[in-house]
Amino acid sequence: MATGSVKLLGVWASPFVNRVEIALKMKSVEPEFILETTLNKSELLLKSNPVYKKIPVLLHDEKPICESLVILQYIDDSWPSGPSILPSDPYDRAIAQFWASYIDEKWYPLVVEFMKAEGKEAKAAVLEKISEGNLLLEEAFIKINKGKSFFGGDRIGYLDIVLGSLLGWVKAIEMMDEMKILDETKMPSLAEWDKRFCSDNVVKDIIPQPEKLAEIHRKFHQMKKATSN
Amino acid sequence: MANDEVILLDFWPSMFGMRLRIALAEKEVKYESKEEDLRNKSPLLLQMNPVHKKIPVLIHNGKPICESIIAVEYIDEVWKDKAPLLPTDPYERAQARFWADYIDKKFFDSGRKIWTTKGEEQEAAKKDFIECLKVLEGALGEKPFFGGDNLGFVDVALIGFYSWFFAYETYGNFSTEAECPKFVTWAKRCMQRDSVAKSLPDQHKVLEFVQTLRKKYGIE
Repeated sequence: MATGSVKLLGVWASPFVNRVEIALKMKSVEPEFILETTLNKSELLLKSNPVYKKIPVLLHDEKPICESLVILQYIDDSWPSGPSILPSDPYDRAIAQFWASYIDEKWYPLVVEFMKAEGKEAKAAVLEKISEGNLLLEEAFIKINKGKSFFGGDRIGYLDIVLGSLLGWVKAIEMMDEMKILDETKMPSLAEWDKRFCSDNVVKDIIPQPEKLAEIHRKFHQMKKATSN
Repeated sequence: MANDEVILLDFWPSMFGMRLRIALAEKEVKYESKEEDLRNKSPLLLQMNPVHKKIPVLIHNGKPICESIIAVEYIDEVWKDKAPLLPTDPYERAQARFWADYIDKKFFDSGRKIWTTKGEEQEAAKKDFIECLKVLEGALGEKPFFGGDNLGFVDVALIGFYSWFFAYETYGNFSTEAECPKFVTWAKRCMQRDSVAKSLPDQHKVLEFVQTLRKKYGIE
């Protein structure tokens, strides 16, 4: 079993940080949470992640691990006795990694694009692309879960964490723009999965409520406006 | 393992396809290579990679594995008795995955911009590219390979780009040897391995290919 200090550099509103928190909780590891402020990066962050200068950074025995998906795999490798995060079968693992990559490189960037788009027409155009992605994810979920509650089977796993961590922000954006991104009629299985994921014991105290995230978003933009004037 | 059917959907100049060629060669896996015409994608490719419709795709006993880094890791796990590519130590594994991801996020784009842009944009791309090489040189340190004494995960992820350097240097008007001699020493060391030498195309052929693409995109 891995020993040594475990520190997590992050902010509680970051879904990428939430991923690491969930994974550590699955392994019953309690990190020391070092709060970063988004506008002023600490010396520790710049030293630990010189390439991207971003959170989350996991410090295990003071050694830094960066990039949330890399950190999730690291946690699984380092604490093998806890419940598995990634599937044990190499093919299932490759499929999980494929969809994680799709979510982070295609799907979520579209959600961010939607948030930044100005005007109903521009937003609707991006929403159409997101909806295509939603159908792919719904199909993938049905194929992967093999009739069970989560992507990971009976309990949450890698893909549940990767997609589930983003849902807080997706719902916050839905609130702010008063437009539905996740349509339950078109993705019924994922809609049910969403409820199960958010109420799971490991997850529920970690993913912030959408209302709180919407509030942070408003405050952050007010702050940015004030400092740029 | 003797009854494994392994097919690789590939395209000769793809540095992503090269990763799988090298990994399969290191593991001494017999496979059938199918060359795709990317202007006329085969029904097999569209069936095996419906989401991205891209090569390379590894098809193992009829099941597709897409995305080259994921496929290299898959190859490493399935054919684990020969030439391990990922280290066993969790921290070293995380470092290897981090650098493979960096190559995909930063390095590929900066190289591409060198031959697809002109003027100020191209100068900026050159700067970025050389900056990436220096960062990677830092990660290599004094080791002969990123994998230590032997070819590893990051070496396999990166070396294919070397076949494109002649094209980058020609259009960007710079010399990698002059800017990053350590990187070139590493690349030449990798090229001494059979698995690498046989998997990379001739750099002049790549230059000709880039010339055709530039004409097609109206960059010339």
